[in-house]
Amino acid sequence: MLSTEQVIRRGQMRDRVFSILGVALTILCLGVLAILLVNLCREGLARIDWQFLTTFPSRRAAKAGIFSAWVGSALVMLVTGLTAIPLGVAAGVYLEEYGRRNWFTSLIEINIANLAGVPSIIYGLMALGLLIYKWEDWFGDKTDSIAGLGQSIITGGLTLAFLILPIVIVATREALRAIPQHMREAAYALGASRWQVVKDHLLPYSTGGISTGVIIALSRAIGETAPLVTIGALTYIAFLPPAPFSHTESGQMVGPFAWLSSPFTVLPIQMFNWVSRPSSDDNNFAVNAAAAGIILMLVTLTMNTVAIVIRARVRKKVKW
Amino acid sequence: MTQAAISPKELSVQAATRLRPIERTIEFGLLLAAIFSVFITAGIVYVLFSEAVPFFRHPDVSVWKFLTDTEWTPLFSVKHFGIMPLVVGTLWTTVIALLVAMPVGTIIAIWLSEFANAKVREIIKPVLELLSAVPTVVYGYFAITVVAPAMQPVYTWLAEAINSVLATVAPGASPIATELPLFNMLSAGIVMGIMIVPYVSSLSEDAMRSVPMLLREGSYGMGANRLTTAVRVVFPAALSGIAASYILAISRAVGETMIVAIAAGQQPNLTANPAEGGATITAYIVQVSMGDLPHGSLEYQTIFAAGITLFFMTLAFNLMGAWLRKRYRQAY
Repeated sequence: MLSTEQVIRRGQMRDRVFSILGVALTILCLGVLAILLVNLCREGLARIDWQFLTTFPSRRAAKAGIFSAWVGSALVMLVTGLTAIPLGVAAGVYLEEYGRRNWFTSLIEINIANLAGVPSIIYGLMALGLLIYKWEDWFGDKTDSIAGLGQSIITGGLTLAFLILPIVIVATREALRAIPQHMREAAYALGASRWQVVKDHLLPYSTGGISTGVIIALSRAIGETAPLVTIGALTYIAFLPPAPFSHTESGQMVGPFAWLSSPFTVLPIQMFNWVSRPSSDDNNFAVNAAAAGIILMLVTLTMNTVAIVIRARVRKKVKW
Repeated sequence: MTQAAISPKELSVQAATRLRPIERTIEFGLLLAAIFSVFITAGIVYVLFSEAVPFFRHPDVSVWKFLTDTEWTPLFSVKHFGIMPLVVGTLWTTVIALLVAMPVGTIIAIWLSEFANAKVREIIKPVLELLSAVPTVVYGYFAITVVAPAMQPVYTWLAEAINSVLATVAPGASPIATELPLFNMLSAGIVMGIMIVPYVSSLSEDAMRSVPMLLREGSYGMGANRLTTAVRVVFPAALSGIAASYILAISRAVGETMIVAIAAGQQPNLTANPAEGGATITAYIVQVSMGDLPHGSLEYQTIFAAGITLFFMTLAFNLMGAWLRKRYRQAY
């Protein structure tokens, strides 16, 4: 039979042991992240220079660069952002501020929850089947290349936009829900219409929350590889998409949106390509992969840090 | 002058009639945006079915063979279309990932919610979430350059131990390989597990933190210490949320692509040993997509058949998660 004191001491002991276990596991996880970063830097940091950022891929590892890859990533993100942000915010506003509770809105809600759980590669298959092949079947005049979306920047951007749409919608809804009801009531009492309430009050107040969600969503999109591989983004691109109003070799001026239908590659695909290539000491693609990985990590970690800072600021500043 | 002649009532009526069409148009526009998400789902289902149905109609293929054949060799000259090796590869990597993520994630969640102070929690939680922000292609690189080589001595030691036990228990049994191949499902699964730790830890922590203080105070009042309160009171009370976080982790693991495509090898392998190489459903889709298959060919359609299998697997998990949330929801 244990005395009360022994029971208490044993309990405290267990608490302490568990506490140490919790700290240890947390440190272990962060340690893995640290090892990953250190390993990347040790392998690839020396490879990053101006030449690496401004040359096209090459068969010679030492001469290869990520010019077409980061330009491709930036342009695809432009399309993704311009599609997903307005669509997602609009859908979030509708569901939170306009939608009445009925079977129809709950259908949309269940649908969004399910979409958030669909693997990214399925979006790639959808885009391949729908945006590339079915689109061509339905609208494609085989002689007119613009009619088909093809394996282009716009297809890639739209694919990733579909993928992050649920994240943007959920973030918008949460940010709107955090605004207390009396703010709306005050605006209505002064005669504001519903749209005026949304436009002049709710959206400005929720900008912080929405942008946190948007940045996190875009940082996820920028690291996505699988859906873009599926739609056939190429791995070897030795040219840039045509700049608006530039001239082709035959002297023709291209339109302002010609870049949208250009073939492309993105940073993670370039890295995947280098990772899966056999490398030898004198043709070391693994070093290139590590260098591309550093750039990729730099971009995603920066975006996530910005998101964390905005979120912390919003939480601290806003006291309703 | 003329404005003063209009009564406030008239003014508001005028304003309302002037605003109404714009308001209506805007509401309609927002509605369309919300409906758009339904079109995405419809698009996914439509594409998967419209490409997979001709595959199953093909004379060389049948649903029965698809589900029971033990070989998946659509790209070889002798073609077999049995999805099982890919499903087993997917399940192996998922199970390994969960064996890492569930205990680690749950313990971290309990620690963050019940032991750590608010300041530590506010810092640790977003930093841990960075683990799931790392691009998966970087994780794949990490798996083959760091984890697989580091696993080698551990695996050799473990395999020798198993073999010596096997030799005494069942002398006739063939020993398992003591060498870990560079591309194996084990290291891919472990890395995937690290990636999904934040899904478990953050969501479980949210669930546990929303358990009302009253329950903890009741437990402390009965003389329980922190750990007992956490495990016996808070954990069960938050079970619906915790279970939902597990389900989300499963569905992420099942759908994860690049880590397994890079680190698990790409040979479909119906095996009971996760230390071998193998291919998952997702890895197969990537492998085919990297090549150049003509649109409409049987090989091309296989990725949609694989995709539809994956879609139904994750859908089942997602629905299970929604059901769990509903079934075990505790309202306070």
